[in-house]
Order: sequence, then C-alpha cells, then structure tokens
Amino acid sequence: MPFIPHTEQDVREMLAVIGAPSIEALFDEIPASLRVASLPDVPVGLSEFEIMQLMSARARQDGQPLCFIGAGAYEHHIPAAVWSTVTRGEFYSAYTPYQAEASQGTLQTIYEYQTMMASLTGMQVSNASLYDGATAVAEAVLMAVRANRRSKSARILMPRNLHPHYRAVALASAGNQGVKFEELPYERGSGHTSIEALAPFAGQDFTALVIAQPNFFGVFEEVDALTDFAHAHGALVIAVVNPTSLALLKPPGQWGQKGANIVVGEGQPFGCPLSSGGPYFGFMCTRMEHVRQMPGRIVGRTVDLDGRPGFTLTLQAREQHIRRAKATSNICTNQGLLMMAGTIYMSLMGAEGLERVAALSMTRTEQLARALTAIAGVRRVFARANFHEIVLALDRPVAPVLAALRARGIEGGLDLSDYFPELGCALLVCATETKTTADIDTYARAMSEVLPAARAA
Amino acid sequence: MSLPMREQLIFQYSRAGRGARAQWPPAVPADAPVVPEALRRQQRPLLPEASELDVVRHYTRLSQLNFSIDTHFYPLGSCTMKYNPKACNAAALLPQFAGRHPLASASHGQGFLACMFELQEMLKAVSGMRAVALSPLAGAHGEFAGVAMIRAYHRARGDLERNEIIVPQAAHGTNPATASMCGCIAREVAVGPDGDVDLAGLRAAVGARTAGIMLTNPSTLGVFERRIEEVARIVHEGGGLLYYDGANLNAILGKVRPGDMAFDAIHMNLHKTFSTPHGGGGPGAGAVGVSARLMPFLPLPIVAREDGAQYRWLGERDLPQSIGRLASFAGNAGVLLRAYVYMRMLGREGMQRVGEYATLNANYLSAQLQQLGFDAAYPQRRASHEFILTLKKQSQEYGVTAMDVAKRLLDLGFHAPTTYFPTLISECLLIEPTETESKQTLDAFVTAMAQILREAQQEPEQLLRAPHTLPVRRLDDVRAARELDLSYHGVER
Repeated sequence: MPFIPHTEQDVREMLAVIGAPSIEALFDEIPASLRVASLPDVPVGLSEFEIMQLMSARARQDGQPLCFIGAGAYEHHIPAAVWSTVTRGEFYSAYTPYQAEASQGTLQTIYEYQTMMASLTGMQVSNASLYDGATAVAEAVLMAVRANRRSKSARILMPRNLHPHYRAVALASAGNQGVKFEELPYERGSGHTSIEALAPFAGQDFTALVIAQPNFFGVFEEVDALTDFAHAHGALVIAVVNPTSLALLKPPGQWGQKGANIVVGEGQPFGCPLSSGGPYFGFMCTRMEHVRQMPGRIVGRTVDLDGRPGFTLTLQAREQHIRRAKATSNICTNQGLLMMAGTIYMSLMGAEGLERVAALSMTRTEQLARALTAIAGVRRVFARANFHEIVLALDRPVAPVLAALRARGIEGGLDLSDYFPELGCALLVCATETKTTADIDTYARAMSEVLPAARAA
Repeated sequence: MSLPMREQLIFQYSRAGRGARAQWPPAVPADAPVVPEALRRQQRPLLPEASELDVVRHYTRLSQLNFSIDTHFYPLGSCTMKYNPKACNAAALLPQFAGRHPLASASHGQGFLACMFELQEMLKAVSGMRAVALSPLAGAHGEFAGVAMIRAYHRARGDLERNEIIVPQAAHGTNPATASMCGCIAREVAVGPDGDVDLAGLRAAVGARTAGIMLTNPSTLGVFERRIEEVARIVHEGGGLLYYDGANLNAILGKVRPGDMAFDAIHMNLHKTFSTPHGGGGPGAGAVGVSARLMPFLPLPIVAREDGAQYRWLGERDLPQSIGRLASFAGNAGVLLRAYVYMRMLGREGMQRVGEYATLNANYLSAQLQQLGFDAAYPQRRASHEFILTLKKQSQEYGVTAMDVAKRLLDLGFHAPTTYFPTLISECLLIEPTETESKQTLDAFVTAMAQILREAQQEPEQLLRAPHTLPVRRLDDVRAARELDLSYHGVER
C-alpha cells in the first residue's frame, strides 16, 4: 500500500489489542447515513514512475520562455547550495519549532534571518516571515491601526503605484475590520507620488501612509519628504520595499527625520523559485516600540538551565494559540522553509554580492529599455530614475504584441492596460542579472519584427 | 545519540573580504546607471562574509540540531506529521514548473494549469463540496476566506446583523482569531462530558446575530462529533452557515465528507492531509471548498477548463461577487503541485486508506498506552486519528507534568506530542501517530512511555530535568520575553 507500512499480520495484531473485529469497526461512532463507500471521482493511483512521466510531460508542455516579466516576482540566480540545503529532511520535514530543544536548527536560522533583515531594512526587529508580499502589506496596515493610538480614523493613505494585487489583498483582508483606504495618485509624467498628492490630507487625521520603494512602475520615490509629512501628522509610515534594491538604497529605517515605522515586502527575490506565484515569503520589520503589535512568530535568544545560549519562540502572548480572539493576527503556519532559503541566499551573497545583483539588474533593465525604445513605436512613459523595471508605451494595443512575442518563445512583459487604463498601451518590463546582452538583443529583434507585422495586420 | 552540541552564528564565520564569489554576478561597468545620491545606502548591511563551504557546513550542522519526520517519529497532535514522499518535491522542482513566472501567459502554463484544475476536482471529490479555490496560503488563511465568504453571503442577502461566529470551547486558536480578523465576534459554546458539543448551549447561542459556526470534526478532543446532523440543523434553521476547519480531515478522509455533513465552507490543510512538508513552520496551503450558495463568493483566482480543454484563471470579471484576492498571485503553487502528485499517487483507494490506517494507528497506540496505566481523556470513546492522554494522576502522585514527559521523550528519540492543548483537559498530551508509521515504531514509542512511567515513579529527576541529551537544556522563556534579544549586533554578550 503506498506510504502505509502495515502488513496483514500487523493489522491483525493491532485489532486484537484494540479489541475491534475490523478497521471498519473503528468508524462505528459515525452515523451510517453519512458514510461514503468509495470515491469514484478520484482517479486510480499511479506509481512514482507513472506520475513523474506525467509531470515531466506537463512541464515540457509549459516550456521555458525567455521571460521579461517582473511585477512582484523576479528571476534571480539561485545558488545550488540554497535548495540542496533547504531540502534536507531535517529542515524540510520539521514542524513549527514549538519544542525548542528539538528545533534549535530552525530557531537559530530564524534568529540569523531576523538579524539580516533588521540590518538590511535599518530596523530593530524582524518577525519570522508572513505569507507573501501582499499579505505582509495587509498585516502592516492592521498593525498600524493597532500601534497608532493617536489616530482614531483607521484611515490609510495608499498610493496607486503600489502593486495592484497588494492593494486588492489589503482591501480584501483589512476592509472587514473597518479600515478605510484613500488612494494617492501618481505624477503622470514621472510615475512617482509627489508631495502634492498628499496636500488634500494636510491637517487631517490619518493612521498611516504606505510608501512603495521602488514603486510598481520601478520608479524611485522621494521617501524622505513623504515620511516626514506622515510623521508631522502623527501617522505611521509603512515602507513596501524590494529586498534586492536595499543593497543600494537608503534603508527605510533612515527615511526622513525619524525613519519608517513598519517595513514589509516580498522575500521571493532571495532564493525562491518563481514557481507560478509561490511559495514565497513575506517579510516584516519594525521598531522595538511596536514589537508587541507585530503579527507572526518571533525568535529570541535566551539561556538554558546551565546558562548556555539557546533560541526559543518568544512574545507568544501576541499569537492566536495564546490570545485567541484578541491575537494580533490569525496567522499560524508561515513560510518557514522559504525564509530559510532567503537566509542561505543572503549568507552566500553577502552585502557585496547583493550589491552586484542589484546593480547589474538595474543595468540590464536600462539596456533593455534603450534597445526597445530604439524601435519605432516604443517609448518610455516616465522620465524618472528606476530600479529594475520600467514602463514602456507602445503605439498600439499591447495584448496582440505580447501574443506575437509569445509565439517566438518570449514573455515580453506585463500588459498594464487592465491595471492602469489611464496609461493607454503600456507595458511593464523587467530584466534582472539573469538576462544577458544576447537575451536583450533577442527580445529587441523580436519586437522590431513583431511591431511592423502587427501594424500591417 | 550523536547530535552535534552547538553551532556558532553564521556571522561569526565572517572575515572581511571573504565571500562566495562563484555565486556573484560580475561587477557593473563604470558607466552603469546609479541610484540618485539622496536615495543611496551609506552603510552596508550586516550580512555574512563567508565562503560557500562555510555556509553549507553551518546550515547543514544547524539542520542536524532538528528533529524531523525524516529522522524521528513525530506524533504531534493536530499537526498530521506524516511522511512527505520525495517524488512530490522532485516534480514541483522540475525546471519548467519552478521557473514559471506567476504572470506568464496561460499558453506557457497549460501543463501547470491542468494539474491545478485536476487538484480542484479531486479536492471536491474528497470533500463533497461543490467548488474549490486554491489560493489561500495556509490553514488560517483558508479560515479567513471561509468566514469572509460567510459574511459576504449574509451581506448580499441584506442580512447585516449577523456578525457572531460560534466556536466550541476547545477550538483551535485560529478559529476565534479568524472571526476577529473578519470583523466578527467569537462566541464560545460548551462541550459536554462525552466530548460532543452541548446542544442545549448551542440552541441558546444561535440567533438572529449568528453568522455561522466553526467546527472541526473529529473535534480537537480527538473524537467524532456524533450529533453533527443535529448541529447542522440547529445552525441552518437559525439562519447561520457551517464552517469546517479541515485540520483533522486526515481522520475521515475517504470515510465521511464534510459536504455530506452539510458544511457550507471548508478549508483543507494540504500540508497536513495531503502530505506537503511543514518546512519548520511553513509553507502550507489552505484550499477552500464551498456549498452551492457560497460559490459566487470564492476567492480569486480559480482555474477553469474551457472548450477545447484549454485552461485559464478566472478573475474579477468572471466572479464579480468574489471576496477578492487573498495572495500576491495564485497561491502557494509549488505546494499545490506537491499535493497534486501525492493525491495522484494514492488514488481513490489510497485516499480511503489514509483515514483507515490513521485511525487504526491512533486506536492501537491509545489502547497500548492505557494498558500501561495512562488515562485517556475520553476512554469510553473511539479515538479518531488522534487521542488525548491526561496525566493528572501522574502529576498528583509523582509531581511530574505533561511537559516533563514531553521533554523526556525527546531524550529517548521521539518528538513530543502536542502538550497543553486543548486547554480543556488538564496535563494533556494530544497524540497523532498518522498512517505512515509502522506498528514497530508505535511499539518503540510505547516502550519509551513505559520507561518514562517507571522513571516518574522511581527517579522523577530524570523527567524534571529532561532533556539531558539535546543541544540545549530547558530554556528560560521568561528571560527571552523580558530581555528581548531578537537579533545579533556584532558583539557577543
């Protein structure tokens, strides 16, 4: 029997100990009217060989297109040592480290992760991961409402140039608790949120301002001025950041006069395969003054009975298994294994390696933008410095162009016309350090062939 | 036991100028674009400067400080720590699946989407629900989706007063926490001495404000709620809906379906019942299933099969009443692929065997431990896939607690059962062996428990000071919370 080790003799002996005539008899407390005899809608079982044949065939069907989509998930080189270590059974098949003495490996890794993330973001504390970037934003919003006791409005200023999926998730997750979202427009010529966009809220009560750095368009924001405006109004600042970019960018803890209050983002760029959207990990860092409002698990270093250092889950009185209805969040299972991949990734890259990844990604995106905008009918939309993504405008609808590129084995970017109809025929493209000059040439050549053809059609 | 006893922090391997250079991309040319000066980072973050060997050896050593399913029997109640077949991982990490961008077109994803569609169909079949969405990222996230759908259902009917969620006394902490996150009020109902919900209390609690009830069945007490049909009738007649917390689905897989028990919404922990790895705390996946009346409210996105057997994601236009998007993309796709492979390998007969052998193992272990002299919390009831021992007697007679027994088990090479949950039962151990453990492993556990009982009587110090053989001894949790040390600052204290 697949994955069930019992022999017939085992079963006989076990039933004799229980004093039951059959396995079936063990279900005698369940009303007979509710029982099912079989599951005809589930296919019959396959051997490991058969399922691997099927999965390999389906994987081949999907292929490996040359992909220039970013939009919240980024293809970076993942060192071989990351997943060979992460998939060790001792990490892969362990549970949440509730029994600290039997889980020091996981707990120490989390402590190291917390250290790295706090340093990268310029904050004092990090939790042990949330689900993903979008849910981390939603949790940050709820945390800000709890932490900002001066504000009574539960009103959150949310820039339109934050990832549209993050905005949607925040609304679906926090809307049920009476949180009100106000959308901040972006400058049409530059793509950033200018301080003028905040003017209508001057002198008003709002709980927190969300700042995305870089924003969804890849454009850098003037974070210092935005941060100071929020703090001058007694509001908290929620920074939503790309972790790779932090190798080069001023950490949120140093934004403006006082620094951001809560820093969240998508950890996927650190060692997580793209994998159609997950599993990734969300990260969250904050200042010590807000730590008791932070959701998720936190590991602390302490001592054992002999006075020697050891690691344990701490501040658990915030969590659902202790505080129940009054917990900071309902989160229990998080994304521990992906956090571990992120920790090993950061350890291998170090500060210098991460700087190189960030700088080369920025460079490749600029090369791509130059190559594409050299083609008639393609232009830049925003005149402002950007990280590793850029918005381009086409002189015709984007969807048929992307379809034609797809036929040539290229995923040419994200069509923004549904998300940002005000931008017209706009395309968001990304090139990380994994894209070579030859890859960029391939894309540009395909685009230059596709555009005239699309015009002729 | 030859566990390495400790390992320094990764930061202590750092030496200025060292690095895993083979992993780094080349430096950029001098004329490369740069970050505007005002936004530039001035000081490098504290990341290790270590060689690849340093990093591999460090994290390999750390891994060896862990207990895991691959190394130890792990009978953690309520967590379903069954074996995670290796093929599931191998298939999910095939380069085309691992490398597929979440926003890549459906034309570059028909193979992946076919797996997702068939997973939805299989989960419908085993749960008895009408439709399934895969995007919730963990059990508690699925609970959120379920309660949000229940709330959306009442609102769509103009029934705006219904904001109470009933939970049994012994419910998982996530249940009341989820009710709060959905803007509802959690209201507890009592559980009777036999472990079933107190129906008189339930009748008194159900009313015009009832949005629904959240139940696990078998309950957290390790017994099947026998009057589930009556519970469903009371709640439905009162205008509420029923939510099934799938944490204990392993017990009844292939034997009873939540849909047939009249539940309206359910989440399934794919990292429990469908054997995806727990990863030291995650990732999970909390697919949700619904009855017909909740179908319009399912979270986005969902895979549909169109004419010509083409698969595509359904979005807002297709499901305008949806509670919306709950995750950055389509959910923990890599976890979903692992669950898909597991379900295909087990097939329809294997699914039924899961519930059968999980139940056989739990009842056998319960019987053996009771013969040793341990007290079951519900001796008159059948165990489901898990059961509760109460060590009240041992604690009174020998002064040892459930925690002492748990820690001593670690010394003897077994991960401890869940301790002190549910809180309804004093000095309890919640034990869930799962179907993938052999009789021989269970017998070894019984032998260890016999030794512990003997030690409790004759040399309780062995328990009170346990564990003796692990990398650390009992930790000072009070100090951990009072003198917060949550990150390393470059200097050892």
